[in-house]
Amino acid sequence: MGLVVGTFSVQSKPVNFHKDNADDDFEMTVVCHRPEGLDKLEAQTNFNKRELQVLYRGFKNECPSGAVNEDTFKQIYSQFFPHGDKWTDKCYASTYAHYLFNAFDTGHTGSIKFEDFVTALSILLRGSVTEKLQWTFNLYDINRDGYINKEEMMDIVRAIYDMMGKFTYPVLKTDAPKQHVDAFFQKMDKNRDGVVTLDEFILSCQEDENIMRSLQLFENVI
Amino acid sequence: MAAGVAAWLPFARAAAIGWMPVANLPMPVAPTEKNKKQDELIVLNVSGRRFQTWKNTLDRYPDTLLGSSEKEFFYNEETKEYFFDRDPDVFRSVLNFYRTGKLHYPRYECILSYDEELAFFGIVPEIIGDCCYEEYKDRKRENAERLMDDQEDNKDSKLPNMTFRETMWRAFENPQTSTMALVFYYVTGFFIAVSVMTNVVETVPCGSVPNQKEVPCGERYTVAFFCMDTACVMIFTVEYLMRLYAAPNRYRFMRSVMSIIDVVAILPYYIGLVMTDNEDVSGAFVTLRVFRVFRIFKFSRHSQGLRILGYTLKSCASELGFLLFSLTMAIIIFATVMFYAEKGSSSSKFTSIPASFWYTIVTMTTLGYGDMVPKTIAGKIFGSICSLSGVLVIALPVPVIVSNFSRIYHQNQRADKRRAQKKARLARIRLTKTESSSAFLHSKRNGLFNESSTKEEQHLGKSSSLLESQHHHLLHCLEKTTVRDLKIVIHVLAIVVQAPSLFFFFAVVVLQINTIRLCSSPFILTRVCNKLSHLDIRMTQG
Repeated sequence: MGLVVGTFSVQSKPVNFHKDNADDDFEMTVVCHRPEGLDKLEAQTNFNKRELQVLYRGFKNECPSGAVNEDTFKQIYSQFFPHGDKWTDKCYASTYAHYLFNAFDTGHTGSIKFEDFVTALSILLRGSVTEKLQWTFNLYDINRDGYINKEEMMDIVRAIYDMMGKFTYPVLKTDAPKQHVDAFFQKMDKNRDGVVTLDEFILSCQEDENIMRSLQLFENVI
Repeated sequence: MAAGVAAWLPFARAAAIGWMPVANLPMPVAPTEKNKKQDELIVLNVSGRRFQTWKNTLDRYPDTLLGSSEKEFFYNEETKEYFFDRDPDVFRSVLNFYRTGKLHYPRYECILSYDEELAFFGIVPEIIGDCCYEEYKDRKRENAERLMDDQEDNKDSKLPNMTFRETMWRAFENPQTSTMALVFYYVTGFFIAVSVMTNVVETVPCGSVPNQKEVPCGERYTVAFFCMDTACVMIFTVEYLMRLYAAPNRYRFMRSVMSIIDVVAILPYYIGLVMTDNEDVSGAFVTLRVFRVFRIFKFSRHSQGLRILGYTLKSCASELGFLLFSLTMAIIIFATVMFYAEKGSSSSKFTSIPASFWYTIVTMTTLGYGDMVPKTIAGKIFGSICSLSGVLVIALPVPVIVSNFSRIYHQNQRADKRRAQKKARLARIRLTKTESSSAFLHSKRNGLFNESSTKEEQHLGKSSSLLESQHHHLLHCLEKTTVRDLKIVIHVLAIVVQAPSLFFFFAVVVLQINTIRLCSSPFILTRVCNKLSHLDIRMTQG
């Protein structure tokens, strides 16, 4: 009986053999990226040499190949927030991490290198208010057309609410994101044309005391 | 949160700026770092080998020795480094754990020394990575089994004040303990053999009464066999009752396999006694006699090999189950095929599928009795396929069972060898101890502890180590206190016990001796003597 099964299986072996070869070749090429020199980065960003060293050590520890792809990025980011659904295996923070990834990956290469990482951090931690607001606008503007419309804002707000996980108090109502977005547009959209441009955004934010104060919150992170 | 990811926390906090414009409420105040030091290098000197790492790396795991303030106890002011008097090879793995977040177990390392190092540095072994965890657990299990074997030997030492019941139980479990137990062991073994032999001989035909066919011996010499049976059952019953009485946990004993075998072995006799008259039930009674063969299993108490075999079969239960299952599947398939193949031929023995089962089993196990033989060509083809596959199916799980048996058997061999070696080793150690135990009496004879001895004589005695001389001095003080001389042979060797603990112990004993000078009460004296005997025991064990 075993022999019968064996004779049948031998026939199908050659087919798999070739595929395995191709797979092996693909796995052998490992991408390895090295950042530009320390001096150059120091000139480009607002960090000094020591801070860059600390940042790079942490970066390289997590990603020895020198570049973060989207999956690794999502994994790292999810570790700071409530973990995802065990049954569907979906991380709660993955949607927002996706938008963050696109905001960091300015060159749209599909992976974040250390230069992108450090440039973005430099803006967020050491940049001027205008730069920070510009970066945030970039984050919200998912399709990079220069305008934030209601759908994009809904996506972002829903992603932020998703990060809280399933168990919140009080329980999340389904229309809470919509209300939030409406309030946002009420505040930001000055000329009521349904979209928010960069200038409207910067102006509205500068008028709001809370936002201004909270932007200074993370200045001493490093 | 993993250690390496902690380095990305600044990034996550910075990215939180993305929520700010959306938020309606003011944000809480950020925590400030009190003394923000630059990250510094720490030097860890482990037995001369210097390891260096960032302070942040060690701070990742604050509940270990290196991550908490406990390491300050090991700080050396002059050299500005942390000194640990431990094994530098194992420390490599420990430090790598801080760096990578994964703890690895090096294969060449002894499991006990590795565990000790982990315990010293406050690391729980459970976090060993998946790559090395299996190896670690295997070695740990082997070690635990070895320890259990050794502990079983230590239990032989007789504890004082054992009740009669406990003595009996120990005698039953371990026949080597006393001569009575050994005698009992052999007597029961002999009677088991006798009982099994009588059961066998009972059925042999011996001689024929004229006008009748051959009668088995059992029916010819009924009385003799009955007496033999009674005697054996009497012995077995007495033995069972004694074991039941001596067992520390009676319910557990009654549930154990050996006790069930004992009961099953003697029950047919009593049932036979009860129902001798009823004709209908005597048929059932005859089948009950079959259970008398279970007496042969009582031999497993006497034979270690049998016990190993039983244990192997138990531990290979899944492989045996698989063997049985695959065999059943194969038998059903081939029996069906053979039945339909042979349906056409006339006078075929393959009358039904269950009837073909017998043919399939006989063929697959390569027995081939030949009472059922296929006649059609199709039947012959399938029959040959059946016999070829039978060899394969049976040969597959067997090596697993064999390797299991071999492992357990060798383990037992090793345990026996260790036990034999241990006796020889202990004898050799005792020899070296007695050589140096006279050191104390020697030094006393040489008058080194004379109160009136001069300084030069004391200097001459400096050949013995400081610890040894301190120990001798202590014993001498005791002698002076009790106004007696130590005649017993003291095992003064084994200063392999750590010096600091010894020092502490000495301090305690000296304190007690000093109090004797103040109030020489016999109670304290006896306590000090007890302490001394404990010291003796501790040293012999060390």
